[in-house]
Amino acid sequence: MSEAKTVKTVRLIITRQDGPDATPYIESFDVPYRPNMNVISALMAIRRHPVNSKGEQTSPPQWEMNCLEEVCGACSMVINGRPRQACTALIDKLEKPVRLAPMGTFPIVRDLVVDRTRMFNALKKVKAWIPIDGTYDLGPGPRMAESKRQWAYELAKCMTCGVCLEACPNVNSKSSFIGPAPLSQVRLFNAHPTGAMNKAERLRAIMGKGGIEGCGNSQNCVEVCPKGIPLTTSIASLNRATMAQSFRDFFGSDNQ
Amino acid sequence: MAENDFARHRLHSLLGVVPVGLFLVVHLTVNFQATKGPGAFNQAASFMENLPYLLFLEIVLIYLPILFHAIYGIYIAFTAKNNVRNFGFFRNWMFLLQRLSGLFLVVFLAWHVWETRVAMALGTPLNYEMMAHILSNPWIIAFYIIGILSAVFHFSNGLWSFCVHWGLLVSPRAQRIGTYVSLIIFLLLGYVGISALFAFIA
Repeated sequence: MSEAKTVKTVRLIITRQDGPDATPYIESFDVPYRPNMNVISALMAIRRHPVNSKGEQTSPPQWEMNCLEEVCGACSMVINGRPRQACTALIDKLEKPVRLAPMGTFPIVRDLVVDRTRMFNALKKVKAWIPIDGTYDLGPGPRMAESKRQWAYELAKCMTCGVCLEACPNVNSKSSFIGPAPLSQVRLFNAHPTGAMNKAERLRAIMGKGGIEGCGNSQNCVEVCPKGIPLTTSIASLNRATMAQSFRDFFGSDNQ
Repeated sequence: MAENDFARHRLHSLLGVVPVGLFLVVHLTVNFQATKGPGAFNQAASFMENLPYLLFLEIVLIYLPILFHAIYGIYIAFTAKNNVRNFGFFRNWMFLLQRLSGLFLVVFLAWHVWETRVAMALGTPLNYEMMAHILSNPWIIAFYIIGILSAVFHFSNGLWSFCVHWGLLVSPRAQRIGTYVSLIIFLLLGYVGISALFAFIA
């Protein structure tokens, strides 16, 4: 192939940052177009040939990825203003130039890599598990109605990707709100017949600091969730459950 | 502000409806009497003025709840990082407008209370004449139109939020119908408020 031909390219404008405390800057890249490429394969093309659109050699932009089928949540980033997974962001369907930025709600590690530790801490805080470990066999647990299992399964699709936190106006450096994803997990584990035995503990956890009161009902979360999880229904249902719990705690005899 | 944030937030939501929201409805209804003429308004206003232990009612049912609602509301408004530019969804706009209208109302109500209730305490009789005089300035008319619409919007949208926060509206369908109901309340109360305003100008 000695003959030079004009190759169709796609321009990517990437918000980069060399380290957690470094100043962000913009760098653009022209990537040779291939049919059916996604943002990940475009980033891989840059990695193979890390030269920016001015023709300067540069460091390849860093990003995270894992499953490549939108079930792990690792490759979440802001693509053309919307937080979503890079693996399912098809170049053909995106407006050009494609603008990539890290999800700024989270601490930035480098370039498009963010640290989602706060989400996992939130899951610990709300006790998003079912405690069944012990020294003897507890036997089979209570059964769950199929009708309930069906909607609970939808909540189980959460991959802790962070897109809902990025879209939420109340999750930011000024507030301690844990965000929609961990709240919805409280509804999931409280719906489980065995999990329901520790229902009050989880509800009290989200009635504490950074809990459910942080929700201001902008309802962005449910619009952007890549898994279509009914986050606002979960939050509304937990609003009812926490109100009932607070009345029980104050007027009732559960703790006496 | 840590331990009781939940209770404080729910109280903020409740106070916005009872008594503050309820007072707004009563207030606009009294104003609406002006559409029947100065006499009808003066009669309605003097009924309110002659309620027994008025100052106690004012402090407990109006001043304290409004102060709490306003101060905690300012805190809530400034902890949000609004993002309607990237996320221009209906509810996100309502979220922003709720905060903007609330902040505007803090200014408007301070001015409004100064001009009317404080002026009355300082000796100006509170009657049709007082409002007609205040509203003789076109800038003040514009200020009042925005103020009334902000109050009515903040109340009707806040009523929806109250119903969600207190766990009354849970399913998406219930929340959608709740939105329509809040829109109807906005239109009806807005009509009452604005037509009363113009009754003082004619």
